[in-house]
Amino acid sequence: MTELQIRNARFKNPVLTASGTFGYGLECPDLFDVSRLGGVVTKSISRKPRDGNPPQRIAETSSGGMLNSIGLANVGVDVFLDQKLPALIERKATVIVNIAASSVEEYCYVLERCEEHEGIDGYEINVSCPNVKDGGLSFGTDCPAVAQITRELRSRTDRFLSMKLTPNVTSIGEFARACEAEGADAVSCVNTFIGMDIDVGTRRPKIATITGGYSGPAILPMALAKVYEVRKAVKIPIIGIGGIMTAQDAIKFLVVGASLIQLGTVLFVDPMAATTVVKGIEEYMQQNGFSQINDLIGALDVTMQPSLVAAGWS
Amino acid sequence: MYQQHVPITRSQQVAQNVHVLEFQSEAIAAQAIPGQFLNIRPSRFYDPFLRRAYSIHRVVDDRLEIIYNVVGKGSALFAEAKVGETLDILGPLGTPFHLEGEFHRAVLVSGGVGIAPMPFLGDWLLKQGKQVANIYGARTAAMIADDGRLHNARYATDDGSLGYRGNVVGLLDQFLADEGADGLRVFACGPNKMLMALGDFCQLRGVPLEVSLECQMACGIGICQGCPVEMATGERKYTLVCTHGPNYNYNDIRLESIPAVH
Ligand SMILES: Cc1cc2nc3c(=O)[nH]c(=O)nc-3n(C[C@H](O)[C@H](O)[C@H](O)COP(=O)(O)OP(=O)(O)OC[C@H]3O[C@@H](n4cnc5c(N)ncnc54)[C@H](O)[C@@H]3O)c2cc1C
Ligand SMILES: Cc1cc2nc3c(=O)[nH]c(=O)nc-3n(C[C@H](O)[C@H](O)[C@H](O)COP(=O)(O)O)c2cc1C
Ligand code: FES
Repeated sequence: MTELQIRNARFKNPVLTASGTFGYGLECPDLFDVSRLGGVVTKSISRKPRDGNPPQRIAETSSGGMLNSIGLANVGVDVFLDQKLPALIERKATVIVNIAASSVEEYCYVLERCEEHEGIDGYEINVSCPNVKDGGLSFGTDCPAVAQITRELRSRTDRFLSMKLTPNVTSIGEFARACEAEGADAVSCVNTFIGMDIDVGTRRPKIATITGGYSGPAILPMALAKVYEVRKAVKIPIIGIGGIMTAQDAIKFLVVGASLIQLGTVLFVDPMAATTVVKGIEEYMQQNGFSQINDLIGALDVTMQPSLVAAGWS
Repeated sequence: MYQQHVPITRSQQVAQNVHVLEFQSEAIAAQAIPGQFLNIRPSRFYDPFLRRAYSIHRVVDDRLEIIYNVVGKGSALFAEAKVGETLDILGPLGTPFHLEGEFHRAVLVSGGVGIAPMPFLGDWLLKQGKQVANIYGARTAAMIADDGRLHNARYATDDGSLGYRGNVVGLLDQFLADEGADGLRVFACGPNKMLMALGDFCQLRGVPLEVSLECQMACGIGICQGCPVEMATGERKYTLVCTHGPNYNYNDIRLESIPAVH
């Protein structure tokens, strides 16, 4: 009922874990059977291991969210392929490898190393990390660069390829169109919003890098609006991400037009959220007469009141 | 590791700004080892949002206790929690105190609510046949939470209102003068400044020191990379306090890399 296939990749259900919010999918085996997920998106993997940023890396915000500046701390592609991937395969997870890099060559290198291995279902390309000095967001806000990365990677893999976009741009639709034009199978929307918080007692920023990535329930309306904008811009599937805490939240993204969704920050508070979200989506579909997930995707009704249309809204 | 909604069986103020919550969980109680902690959701809603980390204070049969200061929104909500209500708890988490290796006497040094992991540790060590002493410091007597169950305790207060006048380092010095340092291991929990002073002192005296740290956390289970402490040894620059810690041999880490929380 909730199964979906995009290119080679089969997703049992539309619920994936978001990059950087579920480690390598191996950290809490007692709590969770990863084979029941639509997929695991790994922490961003880079060519070399990265230590990440100095502490303070996280701060809770009073608005129902958090800031992070992890700085892409990860084990590097070699250790990932040697140690993490086999364990994920053994646990029968659908594996989407998220790749981060500071040059086009580096993106290609990491992807090519992954191509040598079986058991990877696809890639998500992080061109949108706000928390590193080299690369990351500087690509993500440069449309020709995103197009070039998509083109280079597309020519190197037949596997599922999704480009993860930053919301920190004026027109996210333009970026999505560039990805579609260069052959991406999907776009992941969105990465974190740039945010900041300070301690008024010390007048110091709450995280070491001063600004960081803002995530959690507080960003849901902003993320949903970005997905809506992308939906209008492209035909390829969208992976909706941003502030999803419950099945209701997930359904909002599906209705607006996302084919899959990712759970991020919620996992820090409720590591078993995926189970309840999957169940909640199924129940909603049954109760509302949707037999196929495809019927729910994009089921948004934006019929406007005639008076608004008359006033020139569209 | 479990995520459970557990019933509160006791909620009580035990000293100035110090509270205890007791709750029932057979599974977590059975799995817990001293030095481990629980990550407790402060609200069913999103504000406060993240879970709060608390050391396991005591385990008796199927009951666990935490002891805590009210410092902000989350702890204020815990202090309002009533018997019979449930708490959403994730645990037991973290690497326990390192108890392997040679020692037959343990001194448990606590500063303020740093007393948290010590009763559980003390009970455990006694069962292993070790000798246990507590050194417990606070600003003033009213802030000391002692229900008479603390084993072999000496107190230090800044104002001299209870026990030794001065800090726990001074009192540990006195303890060593009385009892010697043979076969001794020090376990400590408290403010980072206290741990650093203790670190210098133990280094000087050649006494092994195991510390229990706190730093801000999001997940508490190793999936966010939010809780690094810099390593003094080994190849990796950081380890994660929530999984590799919170208990470390003092010499393995650079405590100064953790920014002050409040
Ligand atoms: C492993 C571990 C064990 C702990 N054990 C105990 C204990 O047994 N007793 C006790 O009283 N306290 C303990 N703490 C500290 C406790 O987690 C904080 O006091 C608590 O999170 C404060 O929450 P709040 O909402 O009241 O404060 P707020 O200031 O409103 O919290 C805001 C944010 O900062 C974080 N934060 C604030 N102070 C601290 C702190 N000192 N350490 C870590 N994060 C903090 C909170 O978790 C939250 O994310 C422990 C911390 C850790 C990491
Ligand atoms: C602590 C943390 C670490 C993250 N690390 C990554 C990362 O390595 N790569 C990436 O593409 N996105 C990363 N993200 C972004 C998330 O995958 C997600 O896009 C974002 O948090 C919004 O979703 P949410 O509100 O559900 O968390 C991270 C987010 C958080 C909170
Ligand atoms: S608190 Fe998330 S990794 Fe330690």
